[in-house]
Amino acid sequence: MNEILEKHILSEGVKDITVSSPHIARKRKAGQFIILRINEYGERIPLTIVDSDPVEGTIRLIFQEVGKTTYALGDLEVGDEILDIVGPLGKPTHVENFGKVVCIGGGIGVAPVYPIAVAMKKAGNEVISIIGARDKDLLIMEDEMSSVSDELIVTTDDGSYGIHGFVTDALKELLDRGRDIALCVAIGPVVMMRAVSNLTREYDLKTVVSLNSVMVDGTGMCGGCRVTVGDDTRFVCVDGPEFDGHLVNYEELILRQGAYIKQEKESLDLYHKCRLDKLAEKGKINV
Amino acid sequence: MSEEIKKKIEAKPGKPAGKALKPKKPKIPRQPMPEQDPLKRIHNFNEVPYGFSPETAMIEASRCIMCKKAVCIDGCPVEIDIPAFIKAIRDNKFAESIKILKDENALPAICGRVCPQEEQCEIVCVIGIKGEPVAIGRLERFAADWERENMEISVPEIAPPTGRKVAIVGAGPAGLTVAGELAKLGHDITIYEALHKPGGVLIYGIPEFRLSKDIVMAEVDYVKMLGVKIVYNALIGKYLTIDELFNEEGFHAIFIGVGAGLPYFMNIPGENLNGVYSANEYLTRANLMKAYDFPNYDTPIIRGKKVAVIGGGNVAMDAARTALRLDAEEVTVVYRRSRKEMPARDEEIEHAEEEGIIFRLLNNPVAINDDGNGWVKSMTVLKMELGEPDSSGRRRPVPIEGSEWVLEVDTVVVSIGNGANPLLVKATPDLKTNKWGNILADDDTCVTSIKGVYAGGDIVIGAATVILAMGAGKRASRAMHEYIMSLDVS
Repeated sequence: MNEILEKHILSEGVKDITVSSPHIARKRKAGQFIILRINEYGERIPLTIVDSDPVEGTIRLIFQEVGKTTYALGDLEVGDEILDIVGPLGKPTHVENFGKVVCIGGGIGVAPVYPIAVAMKKAGNEVISIIGARDKDLLIMEDEMSSVSDELIVTTDDGSYGIHGFVTDALKELLDRGRDIALCVAIGPVVMMRAVSNLTREYDLKTVVSLNSVMVDGTGMCGGCRVTVGDDTRFVCVDGPEFDGHLVNYEELILRQGAYIKQEKESLDLYHKCRLDKLAEKGKINV
Repeated sequence: MSEEIKKKIEAKPGKPAGKALKPKKPKIPRQPMPEQDPLKRIHNFNEVPYGFSPETAMIEASRCIMCKKAVCIDGCPVEIDIPAFIKAIRDNKFAESIKILKDENALPAICGRVCPQEEQCEIVCVIGIKGEPVAIGRLERFAADWERENMEISVPEIAPPTGRKVAIVGAGPAGLTVAGELAKLGHDITIYEALHKPGGVLIYGIPEFRLSKDIVMAEVDYVKMLGVKIVYNALIGKYLTIDELFNEEGFHAIFIGVGAGLPYFMNIPGENLNGVYSANEYLTRANLMKAYDFPNYDTPIIRGKKVAVIGGGNVAMDAARTALRLDAEEVTVVYRRSRKEMPARDEEIEHAEEEGIIFRLLNNPVAINDDGNGWVKSMTVLKMELGEPDSSGRRRPVPIEGSEWVLEVDTVVVSIGNGANPLLVKATPDLKTNKWGNILADDDTCVTSIKGVYAGGDIVIGAATVILAMGAGKRASRAMHEYIMSLDVS
């Protein structure tokens, strides 16, 4: 069950794995996610399904190593199994032929925006994609995004590749050129999604963002992922993960995402220590 | 049996053990349950009651007068032959006792712990008219625990395969009951469970100190021994739909027991601050994910120093007592009605009181206040008084104007109830529900608006008890058996 069949490193700390999961591969639609638990001691974390192969029965997950669970996941090798995977969760992206759609991915957010770009393209849209990263080395999935986009714009914060600047700079230029865009989809760090939403609000451009909040069950039972959208409290796991970017309360979301920073650090430090101890045991390093 | 106890029983005039007993004044008092000291137990998650010793169980069993017309059986939602199992305990035939229990109830160790016997079998007990009723629940627990500790779990005879396949959605009390009953009749049963562990509310909701997870797993293992298969991480509605279970997976009937897991919030300012939990999340982190053992387990939980729990039900008591065990210095239950209206069992309230939980009754929170960094600092509370009875028959709490006060807290657990799990219902448009999203199902047969689909437990009646869910499971299994046997499956 849930065997890792392929593993690639996309950039420093960003890993791309293909996992056997026939049911989810058959069922999943763009915008949906899974929740996984690595082992008996593990926590449950959500990850977007980047791609799937219903014939082979596999799903593809891309993640950045930021906390204990993602580091431990990154340490698994081809042939290893993930104890639990549940999905597909969340509502699929609303896909239709809107005309012209701009898909924006920032940092690791390129991975979840990719399946949406694929679906939008397939539905007959003209897809303009903007992907950005801090620097050239951290940029992921450029070729894949290019293959599903009519136009691909790349930005880096430090100017080491593509346009020097943020994704919002490229988007503003696009909008100022008066391109007749019907929809904007933006996925990335919360501050990026907030900046994109603030910009598109000025242009009255409908904007969809996909939120990655803290979750436990992912089926609507705990409410840990709640977010304020307009005047309502919504659950990201069952009402989302996609919401109207102009209505999301980003300040609250940022605070809620930081709720466990202390515990996450404690857990990660402990994991790194264990990892070093194991390497030392094997004689690979001296401590 | 020790000589001393034998003497005690035999010394009762006209009540020699093993012979028919006549209803004379019961001189033996109801046997108290030995429990962990409150000062010690607030520092661990171990079960609070230790359970009866065989000697105590036999003494307690001897209090039962074995009524011919046993009203206690009518009080039991799963119709256990109560006098018979108690008689077997009295006669030191513990193996026989558990067999009688398991004839009607696949989960006796669980029911013996969490059933509200005081409202069901024990409230009607004849002995209770003049004294305290026979401790039926404690005896049930004793028999189940004795079996688990002393003998190989025996499996009843299973009927030959019928060729009928039944899918059950949700491995909670209702689903496990249907599974056990139908498996015994020779049907091929598969349970689909959304979480990674079986038990539903027994595993994610009820804390270890009230119901040990080992016991839940042992009772689930028993259901598996009857031939039931369980598929985990299978969220029906997403993973497979009801239609697909019929048409692609070839099931002949489906039982839906997905429970009431949608947490209600108060809709007051500050409810999305860090440090505010639904009781579901708080308990799921602590129980299912074992966050109390962080960082050995990866899931974290906020260990508040001053914790407020809003609500007066069993779940609120569970959350409050969990907070204490997570090292809280002060835990306050804030409930808008009075003690009399609290829906929690007396035993739970008493345990909470013994452990030092503070009760601020007739108080209702109106806002949760921010510390300036997105975390809870305090809660503004309004005092209430009781007015006229409302639709529930309980006196309606009315705010006292200008009575606002501030409770300093750093963690708030909202425990004001749960609604029906909406996910499967939304994915199944033909399934008729009431306006709250509870599935409409027949009281006797549990059949829903879709042919071959049955439903029971909290998803039908709203958040209630384990035993009512099991009762529905028993009724559903009878109707389902009749239905699938009427199908031509050749």
